Amino acid sequence: MKRRITEIIMKGLMLLSVATIMMVLLYILYIVARRGLHSLSWEMVTSLPTGGYYLGKEGGIANAIVGSLMMIVAATLLSLIISLPTALCINFVMRRNGRLARSSRFMFDVLFGIPSIVYGAFGFLLMMWLGVQASLLGGTIAVALLIMPIMVRAIDEVAILVPSDLTEAVFSLGATRYEMLKVVVRQLRPGIVSATLLAVGRGIGDAATVLFTAGYTDSIPVTPYDPAATLPLAIFFQLSSPIEEVQNRAYAAALILTAMILVISFVVRALARYSRK
Amino acid sequence: MKLSRRIKDLTATRLMMVATLMAFALMIIIGVVLAVKSEQILSGHSLWSLLGSSVWKPMKGEFGFLAFIAGTLAVTALAIVLALPPALLASIWLSEYAGERIRRLFAPVIDLLAGIPPVVYGVWGTLTLVPLISETIAPLFVDFSTGYSLLAGGVVLAIMVIPLMMGLFGELFASIPRDLREASLALGATRWETARRVVVRKALPGIVATVVLAISRAFGETIAVMMVCGNVADMPGSLFNPVYPLPALIANNYGEMMSMPDYESALMLAALILFVIIIAFNAISHAILHRLKQRIA
Repeated sequence: MKRRITEIIMKGLMLLSVATIMMVLLYILYIVARRGLHSLSWEMVTSLPTGGYYLGKEGGIANAIVGSLMMIVAATLLSLIISLPTALCINFVMRRNGRLARSSRFMFDVLFGIPSIVYGAFGFLLMMWLGVQASLLGGTIAVALLIMPIMVRAIDEVAILVPSDLTEAVFSLGATRYEMLKVVVRQLRPGIVSATLLAVGRGIGDAATVLFTAGYTDSIPVTPYDPAATLPLAIFFQLSSPIEEVQNRAYAAALILTAMILVISFVVRALARYSRK
Repeated sequence: MKLSRRIKDLTATRLMMVATLMAFALMIIIGVVLAVKSEQILSGHSLWSLLGSSVWKPMKGEFGFLAFIAGTLAVTALAIVLALPPALLASIWLSEYAGERIRRLFAPVIDLLAGIPPVVYGVWGTLTLVPLISETIAPLFVDFSTGYSLLAGGVVLAIMVIPLMMGLFGELFASIPRDLREASLALGATRWETARRVVVRKALPGIVATVVLAISRAFGETIAVMMVCGNVADMPGSLFNPVYPLPALIANNYGEMMSMPDYESALMLAALILFVIIIAFNAISHAILHRLKQRIA
């Protein structure tokens, strides 16, 4: 009898948790959407802020949208150049479960856990040392640092599943290690794609890394040394304005950013499903 | 073997080693750079007086980090305490009770929610949660609260890490073999008993790893917390008082304080403290995980 009662109570608690969590999260989306949709317009996506934009006059945040996109593309490429070889190295060059591979994994766990603000501050120091002002380049470096461990871990998670039969089969055909890796990379391609998109989602939404490193501007950066506006900062700055019109635009910008990230994660999911077939 | 193949092979392997070493070096460089930058403040004050005091008056040269460290820990702890039970229960329900169709419906939703950027949660917090606390919840307990408080920070963080936890828990429970559950049910255990004694027990190392990840995430979260926690450098006294976590301290002041070397150095020390806590935390959790795995296997 007591066991029956426990069962019923726990089931009730579980249902309550599911319902609460879903309600709260959907409510958040609803609130942001309700206030954002009002001020969301085509103009906001396509035009640059004009002089009176921050007082509630016309203009848009195309500068931040384009700035964010440029930065995330550059940062992702930069970080992929480091993280793909690293993940392959841990799995196929080092002894798979040897001490070196294990301590590398530990180190990437640590790097993964380092707060984005620390990457932002470190990126800023690095820029000062290199003599670079707050710019697209600076922001790109900081974001690349932030997403590098995310990518390594995500690629590692799929690379670890590659059976050693495969690598041995390739070796037994007389291939060199480099040629073996080419086969492995083909095998890992869906995993690499989803790791990249995961990193993109995280990198594009992070404000703390770009706070000191990217600067902010009303125009679209032309060279890597120009400051660049980013969406998370655009949201943050507009929200701190006392003018309600401008605040509402912060919600609209949040909606744009959320929509961009949702599209990205939909693509990830679709690709993951596609690759399983 | 043709020479060109050997050369290609050698260069590729070497380059990969270099990439890995660079990543290795990155961690050491970050630590060293932060330590060098904090040297200025450490040479003027003893470490004990910096970490043990909660007096923060940069203009008078007093830099006490205790309130910030306590604020960070309080917000993180509150977030995990609030997030873990419902996330775990909900994940157990999804994996052990709900049908395949419901699971397939929920999985993308959880993924989407995990992808929402922190600043959006911060926006929601300022818009809804802060007024709710100051107008409805706080008056029940204290005389006055602006709403920008430890509670607001903890709740926003909890809501942020719940989708992260549920996504990982879901994968974890799905990886546990069906046979184990059926064996338990066949012996007459109820579903809850099976979930608790078999599924959760078997998944324990993974659950610990997930919680570690969630803590790291909550611990370093800057923007969402900064928007709702009030940013006042007091020791966290009640849920309705404002707190000032370390990441927010850096974000609010860094860049503007370049003219004051002591202040800048103090902020670098703040970053160093975050860095050291994360390393220590990862080391401890790795040790725990190692022992757990040995005990279960």
